[in-house]
Amino acid sequence: MEMSFPIDIFVIIDLILISMLLVVGIAIVRLNNLFVIVMLYGVYSLLAATWFVSLDAVDVAFTEAAVGAGISTVLMLGAMLLTSRESKPTTPIRRWTSLLIVLVTGIALIYATFDMPAFGDPNSPANSYVGLMYLKATITDISVPNVVTAILASYRGFDTFGEVVVVLTAGLGVMLILGIDSRRSRSGEVENKDAIAKEANTKNKPEKINALNHHIVLQVVAKMLIPIIILYALYVHFHGDYGPGGGFQAGVIFASAIILYSLIFGMDQTRRAIPPKLVQFGSALGVLIYGGTGIITILMGGKFLDYNMLDQNDTIHAQHMGILMIEVGVLVTVASVMLSIYYGFAGRYRQLKDQNW
Amino acid sequence: MDFFVGHFNYWVIITLMMTGLYVVISTGNLVKKLVGIGLFQTSVFQLYISLSKVRGAQPPILEKLPKYGSAEKTSQTVTELTATIPQVTALDPASVYDPLMGVVYSNPLPHVLILTAIVVGVATLAVGLALVVRIREAYGTIEEDAIDEAEYKIEVNAS
Repeated sequence: MEMSFPIDIFVIIDLILISMLLVVGIAIVRLNNLFVIVMLYGVYSLLAATWFVSLDAVDVAFTEAAVGAGISTVLMLGAMLLTSRESKPTTPIRRWTSLLIVLVTGIALIYATFDMPAFGDPNSPANSYVGLMYLKATITDISVPNVVTAILASYRGFDTFGEVVVVLTAGLGVMLILGIDSRRSRSGEVENKDAIAKEANTKNKPEKINALNHHIVLQVVAKMLIPIIILYALYVHFHGDYGPGGGFQAGVIFASAIILYSLIFGMDQTRRAIPPKLVQFGSALGVLIYGGTGIITILMGGKFLDYNMLDQNDTIHAQHMGILMIEVGVLVTVASVMLSIYYGFAGRYRQLKDQNW
Repeated sequence: MDFFVGHFNYWVIITLMMTGLYVVISTGNLVKKLVGIGLFQTSVFQLYISLSKVRGAQPPILEKLPKYGSAEKTSQTVTELTATIPQVTALDPASVYDPLMGVVYSNPLPHVLILTAIVVGVATLAVGLALVVRIREAYGTIEEDAIDEAEYKIEVNAS
């Protein structure tokens, strides 16, 4: 090991971020208020994203910030509102037993790290063969600056197809469990007792206190922000070849713009703007675009997702075209699935009032 | 000291991982359990990403690229490049020819794996939360022991 790691500014930044992560993690362990826990989980994700930037993983940091600190926090808040605000404290026996299990596992894992390559070692097995090969080959094969996009969309396009199908499947799962359009329960059979109770409570207030539509400032600010967020999502999408970003991040950002709209203006209005049917259709359409690109390359005489077939005179152009097409598929599916999941949760909670917070 | 600086990232990540595991095992609240799974999951992401870090490197976004566009220049550069890279050198870290032109990049492959894993992670988290919501509707609670009790009552009544 010829390293004498200089204690430079980056190491100090790393240490600060890591200690903040540890503090937040331990706070989550000790607290019982679910609202605080969920908010701290968002903070934790944001800190993790910052650390990813410091570790050179800009694309991952982007995704973690959009997904972990954005969408997951919204979903967890939604689930918390639908369930309970407090978790019961654990019994001492259970606490000590789990501490023992965790300590033993942790020590075993730490013992295993003694054989691991040193942090930042350029000659470690992970960094010297396949990763380096992709970096070098991207220059001549695909010629896009962002190697992460090149691998994601072209070299490992088949894997990414699998991931998109998994996202669609998870979306379908949520739709099956919660239902995407809860209007049915409004017209006839009400599914749960809570809803009946809520109905009784709100009967004497005929006008819908939906969302936060009496907050004028929020409404005006949101109206200005939403187009900018959507524009940014499109920028992230189409700039994914050149900088951090791509279909996954853009899809999540697009969905969060719609979620912001529905938080401010209410679910009914959002349902009118983007009907649940459209969201369902979009979830499948994205996968169809992705898979269809693969079928087109088969029809043109190549293998599945062999973009070179799209333009045989200029394979680099063909690669760019293929990447763009499948990224559109990823964008459509991810955005629609995130929205359908949100619709599922939000449809259960019909009226969100200030005092609920 | 070298050993400490070279391995502290693993130890911290394992500590965070165990924090998540502790939350999952110790609490009976289903939402908090899912938060614990989220912590565990994030620490796995951190493990992969810290493996891909190369000291003094920059993010895997290529700095110098043969300009793509104007016809003959491109084809020339590309053919030049392909001609000078024998098939083997790409796999050989010690090869003389360096198409990266001396710039050191971090390893992009783990980034790809984790990027998609994050999005899949939130989708599966949503399925978990949906199940928790349904459990609450069916049993009126999301605490494990209370659910067990309710289940027991249902079974006793049925028999």
